[in-house]
Amino acid sequence: MPKLTIDGIEVEVEPGTSVLQACEQIGIEIPRFCYHERLTVPANCRMCLVEMEKAPKPVASCAMPCGEGMVIKTNTDLVHKARKGVMEFLLINHPLDCPICDQGGECDLQDQAMGYGFDRSRFQENKRAVKDKYLGPLIKTIMTRCIHCTRCIRFADEIAGVPELGATGRGEHMEVGTYIEQAISSELSGNLIDVCPVGALTSKPYAFTTRPWELRKTETIDVMDALGSNIRVDTRGPEVMRLTPRLNEDINEEWLADKSRFHYDGLKRQRLDRPYVRRDGKLQPATWAEAFTAIAERVKGVPGDRIAALAGDLCDAESMVALKDLVEGLGSKNLDCRQDGAAFDTSARAGYLFNTTIAGIEKADAILLIGTYPRWEGSMVNARIRKRYLMGGLKVGVVGERRDLTYPYTYLGAGPQTLQELADGSHEFCEILKTAKRPMLILGAGALRRADGAAIQALARQAAEANNMVQDGWNGFNVLHTAAARVGGLELGFLPGQGGKATAEILAGASSGAIEVVYLLGADEIDTAKLGDAFVIYQGHHGDRGAHRADVVLPGAAYTEKNGLYVNTEGRVQMARMAVFPLGEAREDWKILRALGDQLGVRLPYDSLAQVRKRLAEASPVFRSIESLTMAEWGPFGQAGTIDAAPFHCPIENYYMTDPISRASATMAKCTETFLAAASERTGTHG
Amino acid sequence: MSSNGTAPLEGPKDFAFTAENLERAKHIIAKYPAGKQASAVMPLLDLAQRQNDNWLPRAAMDYVAEMLSMPRIRVYEVATFYTMYNLKPVGKHFIQVCTTTPCWLRGSDDVVKACERKLGIGLGETTSDGQFTVIEVECLGACVNAPMVQINDDYYEDLDAAGTEALLDALKRGERPKAGPISGRQTSSPSGGPTTLISRTSTSASAPAADSTHGDD
Amino acid sequence: MLRDEDRIFTNLYGFEDFALDGARARGDWDNTKDLILKGREWIINETKESGLRGRGGAGFSTGLKWSFMPKQTGDRPHYLVINADEGEPGTCKDRDIMRHDPHKLIEGCLIASFAIGANACYIYIRGEFYNEGSNLQRAIDEAYAAGLIGKNACGSGWDFDLYLHRGAGAYICGEETALIESLEGKKGQPRNKPPFPAQAGLYSCPTTVNNVESVAVVPTILRRGAAWFAGLGRPKNTGTKVFCISGHVNKPCNVEEEMGIPLKELIEKHAGGVRGGWDNLLAIIPGGSSVPVLPRSICDTVLMDFDSLREVRSGLGTAGIIVMDKSTDIVKAIARLSKFYMHESCGQCTPCREGTGWLWRVMERMAQGKARIDEIDMLFDVTKEIEGHTICALGDAAAWPVQGLIRHFRPEMERRILQYTGTQRAAAE
Repeated sequence: MPKLTIDGIEVEVEPGTSVLQACEQIGIEIPRFCYHERLTVPANCRMCLVEMEKAPKPVASCAMPCGEGMVIKTNTDLVHKARKGVMEFLLINHPLDCPICDQGGECDLQDQAMGYGFDRSRFQENKRAVKDKYLGPLIKTIMTRCIHCTRCIRFADEIAGVPELGATGRGEHMEVGTYIEQAISSELSGNLIDVCPVGALTSKPYAFTTRPWELRKTETIDVMDALGSNIRVDTRGPEVMRLTPRLNEDINEEWLADKSRFHYDGLKRQRLDRPYVRRDGKLQPATWAEAFTAIAERVKGVPGDRIAALAGDLCDAESMVALKDLVEGLGSKNLDCRQDGAAFDTSARAGYLFNTTIAGIEKADAILLIGTYPRWEGSMVNARIRKRYLMGGLKVGVVGERRDLTYPYTYLGAGPQTLQELADGSHEFCEILKTAKRPMLILGAGALRRADGAAIQALARQAAEANNMVQDGWNGFNVLHTAAARVGGLELGFLPGQGGKATAEILAGASSGAIEVVYLLGADEIDTAKLGDAFVIYQGHHGDRGAHRADVVLPGAAYTEKNGLYVNTEGRVQMARMAVFPLGEAREDWKILRALGDQLGVRLPYDSLAQVRKRLAEASPVFRSIESLTMAEWGPFGQAGTIDAAPFHCPIENYYMTDPISRASATMAKCTETFLAAASERTGTHG
Repeated sequence: MSSNGTAPLEGPKDFAFTAENLERAKHIIAKYPAGKQASAVMPLLDLAQRQNDNWLPRAAMDYVAEMLSMPRIRVYEVATFYTMYNLKPVGKHFIQVCTTTPCWLRGSDDVVKACERKLGIGLGETTSDGQFTVIEVECLGACVNAPMVQINDDYYEDLDAAGTEALLDALKRGERPKAGPISGRQTSSPSGGPTTLISRTSTSASAPAADSTHGDD
Repeated sequence: MLRDEDRIFTNLYGFEDFALDGARARGDWDNTKDLILKGREWIINETKESGLRGRGGAGFSTGLKWSFMPKQTGDRPHYLVINADEGEPGTCKDRDIMRHDPHKLIEGCLIASFAIGANACYIYIRGEFYNEGSNLQRAIDEAYAAGLIGKNACGSGWDFDLYLHRGAGAYICGEETALIESLEGKKGQPRNKPPFPAQAGLYSCPTTVNNVESVAVVPTILRRGAAWFAGLGRPKNTGTKVFCISGHVNKPCNVEEEMGIPLKELIEKHAGGVRGGWDNLLAIIPGGSSVPVLPRSICDTVLMDFDSLREVRSGLGTAGIIVMDKSTDIVKAIARLSKFYMHESCGQCTPCREGTGWLWRVMERMAQGKARIDEIDMLFDVTKEIEGHTICALGDAAAWPVQGLIRHFRPEMERRILQYTGTQRAAAE
């Protein structure tokens, strides 16, 4: 542990700590542009220069490791002169366009120029102009503003694992870009906007819309996947203007996936802002009273076993528990929160959670990916695996599709046969797993979203146990869900009751007429053609597949418009907070169900959010502690059964459009066009 | 010639080494430890450029990237960083006039003017017949033989306006003038004969020049 | 004056055969095995004792540099890398060594590699030296064929591979860590230090980077003894040195002379004197473009070695002597160097990327007089904002020539500005 003196203060630091980090530890702020704590250290901006005793010239504190007995000074004339010089150099070719720059108000250069800039320029020459680059539909470039810190290049190389950005040319002609015009092919590209310390890379969809000081900021969580990335919703009046990541070391660190960052324009389109009732074969605008009456008229007298309910991917736990109470009150046991039809055993929590935790991936030394494409199913999980890969010594094996994961892996096979070999120890990769200290597996949508899901799950459990993945203090069995609502639904038991029907049976029943009433709570990812002649109630926020088929539409709230709990794939309960009010006549979802219950003669026993949450805590103890993680006990799960030999296939065809919100987003449509249409065209002509 | 980061010229769609150059490429890659094949990027780009009339189209860069398992952007970075990669076509005789101070002090301006006058083009331009390109370059490291130019692989030294014109005339006639100081002095020795090593200098004739065909390494 | 028998590069001008037969006739490859068998300690010690300081510009003790390498080879191999990326304006000495005396370099590579525990060495030659590289490659091939290098080199029991690597046009690759980056197949952008190459250099392995001349003189030093080399020149500035004399002299040339030779004597004896006589001298840049210019008054007496030149706030650098007579537009001559540094800046760190272009643009105006007098102070201030604030020394190298100009030729700069303002005013009236 080296001991050093900084500005007269003695400080002891971990070996390998840089001088800049040591300064931060004792509260001394060092200005910087190129340094980013999650990226490699190029020390190229030279802003963080400090004075070091015995060194002939100032040193870059970001790249200087602390040494025993070092004497550092951060507040001397020499240091200030050096930093002022660097600031002057950064500014001579930087345009004075702050008034029209989207970075204005949250710009590192602007902020630090307050401390180190001159009030006038000594530069009498012409300023450099740099041609803007095309980086796709998400990132706007104004390259004349670039200060060549190379953070974006390092982010793309290191975190995103897509080495497509570079600095071409040299000297003052050096330009950051892709050289060949191309969009950055990463689901993490939006983070380039955040890592850019100036206004060179800004958000294209957000361009020229608001100033940061006009925005109201609400801290909440993302629902575009099952990870529960922490985000901040920035709103102006009733409108969501942008989404940015919030730091959460356990989940998304400081990153955010592109769909999670850019889907928000979908919150303004295709919205259900009033109830509708189908009359003469057409959905007609209606009042709440008319809608409730229409439901009551149809539902009254229908036996419970002819009623069913499905919960969708974006539902908060409160609305699901309310719907569960309602349909059970009507005598139905036909409910399922797995609208995708995934049939797996839910009897043991460990059997459906990401037990290792996302941060726990960093402790693993061997990872088996089974039927999952984590780049699309949980981008932050994939980023974490890549992070672990960069630390060195990680072995990855893949059972499923052969796709670019941004890190190298051993391809083991396409489907259940390989998993069988891994479970019975006959596969050679078992050697690697058995010699690993902390091996883990991730079971994805491609493995579970099939009729034999429960048997695959059992086989995976066998593979985990056979390969030392479950040890004292280490649970290497993981399910990577894709829907924000899913684990919450599982925890509170939005599942078929004794003798009740699951998704596939509900749909079959609706087709055959055995089910007369189907309640869709934001459930859009089903084949609505299978609903037959059933009376369909759709409660949700977007006019998507479910609403189009519905007989009555009840307008609910999107995740930005209500306070709700979500449980992520790890089993972590998090709270989403209302950033704006529900649109038009739409209401918070649990309240709609509470009111409808009264109409149907099923009085739900809660009148406030606090009471609903109390009810949730009764349904499952995991809801008792919000923002914390309840680890699952290992136990038997899965069901032996016939396994289809068909290979695992990622069910997500289009990462950018997986739910009613992202399907309504023009930005996501542009991404689809840019990244997927182009790719399939390429495959078409070159394949 | 490069030095600007923007927009490459498209050029031919495809590029591949000739069988002979493929052998050379393998030989070059073998100079570096296993897994460090990226070290070969500069010599391979050079080889590609030599195969492609002294300029480097994008297809060649992509080909080299593929061969060395490098991300393309890393190859573009290299190709645009080093000045010897020509990212657009150049004349058959690629004339690089050094104009850095030691050459400038001894009249490189005259050499530039002589080129411009004789060829009817300015710096950075190529004659319409594609025979000559003239560019200005930084110090080529032959300062005691200033001013000088490099034409393709050869240095021509101790130039002046007349000497430059004579050199260009010879090239136009299809000759390949002998490289070195046109003044006739022995390499970097003082004109009129060395002031040192006098006991040795009379003994032997001038050194054999290396053959300047490629592939010797 | 140095006696011919004390000259190391006896084929500097290429009068003789550069190849193996010629080299053997000049004494190269004589008892190399015995030198190696004396052991690493002896070689490093002898090199230290000789007082040899690096000939690439920085002048750091070569023997001491070798001693920084780990004593034992661990799991990472050691490398020797030869910096043959000669590009400092005014310098063309390594070129002569490689094209006319390549075996001196090759033999030096073997011995130096052995001394630092390296079984492989790369010579990084600037790409423009195409023919020089071809000579060197031929010599390498000969040495392999003769068993001088390769497995069991010279029968010493030491395995040694030597590879030629050609650059592609970037002055910055003469900076040792930029050279390593370039050799790894990247842009030549200098690395931050620490770690130093001796800890983590080529492929993150312990690496020593030496200049061509530094290594090429080692076999002769070992053969003739450290005391012989140390007896030449002045204390701490020992041995012989290849000087390059360019610019306004009657007979520009390269010449090997004793360290510490008076500048005036060097020019008059070997380069035929300043054009128009010594009195016609305006100024001299004594050590390649990166060192500050000296006015005639200092040139009269200054000695050509590291410490003497440092005392007059310049440097020996690469010993590339650029002579300027009174006909020289000194401001333009330095402005041209500013352009060089702007062109060669790698672009990674702020002060150099932005500052070198700024310097050049102001210098261009200064050359015409299109500036204000107070801009001279600003120019000086800008050089001070670059100097010492960059990753590598290119920033310093860009700053020093301008500082030297202002230090010694400020009146000329002011005169020009006043003259230009005068003509402008006259034209306006």
